[in-house]
Amino acid sequence: MAAEEGKVDPMHQFHIEPLMGSNSWELAGFNIAFTNSAMWMVITTIVLTVFVVGGMKRELVPGRWQMMVETFTGFIDDMLEANIGKAGRKYVPYIFSLFMFILFANLLGLLPLGIIGLHPFTFTSHFTVTGVLAIISFSIVLIVGFWKHGIKFFSLFVPHGTPLPMIPIIFPIELISFLVRPFSLALRLFVAMMAGHVLLKVLSSFVIDGTNAGVEFAALVAVPSFILMVGISALEILVAGIQAYVFALLTSLYINDAEHLH
Amino acid sequence: MPQIAQIMETYSSQIFWLLVTFGFVFFVVGRGMVPRVMETVAQRDDQIAGDLAAAEAARAQADEEEEAWRKRENENRAEAQAVIAKAKADAAAKSEKKLAAAQKRLDTKLAKAEVEIAEARTAALTEVESVAAEAAQDIVQQLAGVKVTAANAKSAVKKAMTNV
Repeated sequence: MAAEEGKVDPMHQFHIEPLMGSNSWELAGFNIAFTNSAMWMVITTIVLTVFVVGGMKRELVPGRWQMMVETFTGFIDDMLEANIGKAGRKYVPYIFSLFMFILFANLLGLLPLGIIGLHPFTFTSHFTVTGVLAIISFSIVLIVGFWKHGIKFFSLFVPHGTPLPMIPIIFPIELISFLVRPFSLALRLFVAMMAGHVLLKVLSSFVIDGTNAGVEFAALVAVPSFILMVGISALEILVAGIQAYVFALLTSLYINDAEHLH
Repeated sequence: MPQIAQIMETYSSQIFWLLVTFGFVFFVVGRGMVPRVMETVAQRDDQIAGDLAAAEAARAQADEEEEAWRKRENENRAEAQAVIAKAKADAAAKSEKKLAAAQKRLDTKLAKAEVEIAEARTAALTEVESVAAEAAQDIVQQLAGVKVTAANAKSAVKKAMTNV
């Protein structure tokens, strides 16, 4: 516990702790403790599964829940259709899983469960998690690219109409920009989620400390901070959706590169 | 920053649990459920398209039937009109015929009656003449004591009568 009495440590919310004495769980020599992070992954999985199961009634005239699930599948389907074309259909399961998993993780991490004493944990604010997701997406791009085009996949790094003398310069630049993709994917989500949560925690510490410091501080610091927090919270909900969307959209764009080269 | 401070102790657990949960999401939700949800959507779209096509076809058929009905109706009307016209013409011809026959009968009757009247008149006239002649004979005999022959009397009467 880094937080002292009456003080808010904005980083403490990202602290990973093993639960239920699972600290020593191991698999092939690696620690696989069931942490609070893992618990929220499981919660996200359960909530997402329940959500989609609710849309599986397969009625011809859909209810609200089924309509909602179909809206999401249709949204992903349309996005892939627009970015990749007919070949995009087969990536719907992956992109849907990716988008919904990140979206639900972001939103569940924003729930104000602190009021009832629980600590929501946003595992998408850990680059170990976003990094793995980015590596999976990047691996799919590489596998699809080399599977479909073989060695010709490298022509992705030489844009059409590049003059011959420029190729030695363009090729490394394109290659580097290609190799940076998984990092940018992972860091974007991780940073966006972390920054929002830190900001909320900092503002909440202003509210608490300002209120404790007397009436003047409360009026000058605590109240404006609280109002700002409300706005930032709304913004964070937006960011949760946007980041999930961006992750899925960029992945589908990268897959498009692999499917069709240039 | 716990993300960096704790990375050595937690990376394996983070990756393991992420693979477990995301793997579950991908294989069970993404590959198991999503295709069926989308299948339902496709089914519904098909159904709607089919229903629309059926409605369109039904409308076309209704139009066609209406057209056929209208045609038949027009034919029937024309036929009825023809029947009526024919009946009218027949009736007119018949009544004309009847009228003509009646006229003819009347004409013959009239002619006969005229002939009869003329006969009766001439008969009456001759009778009047003979009576007048006899009367004239008698009158002349009694007044003048002259005996007039019947032929003379007759011609005198005739002469007098033409002046009437």
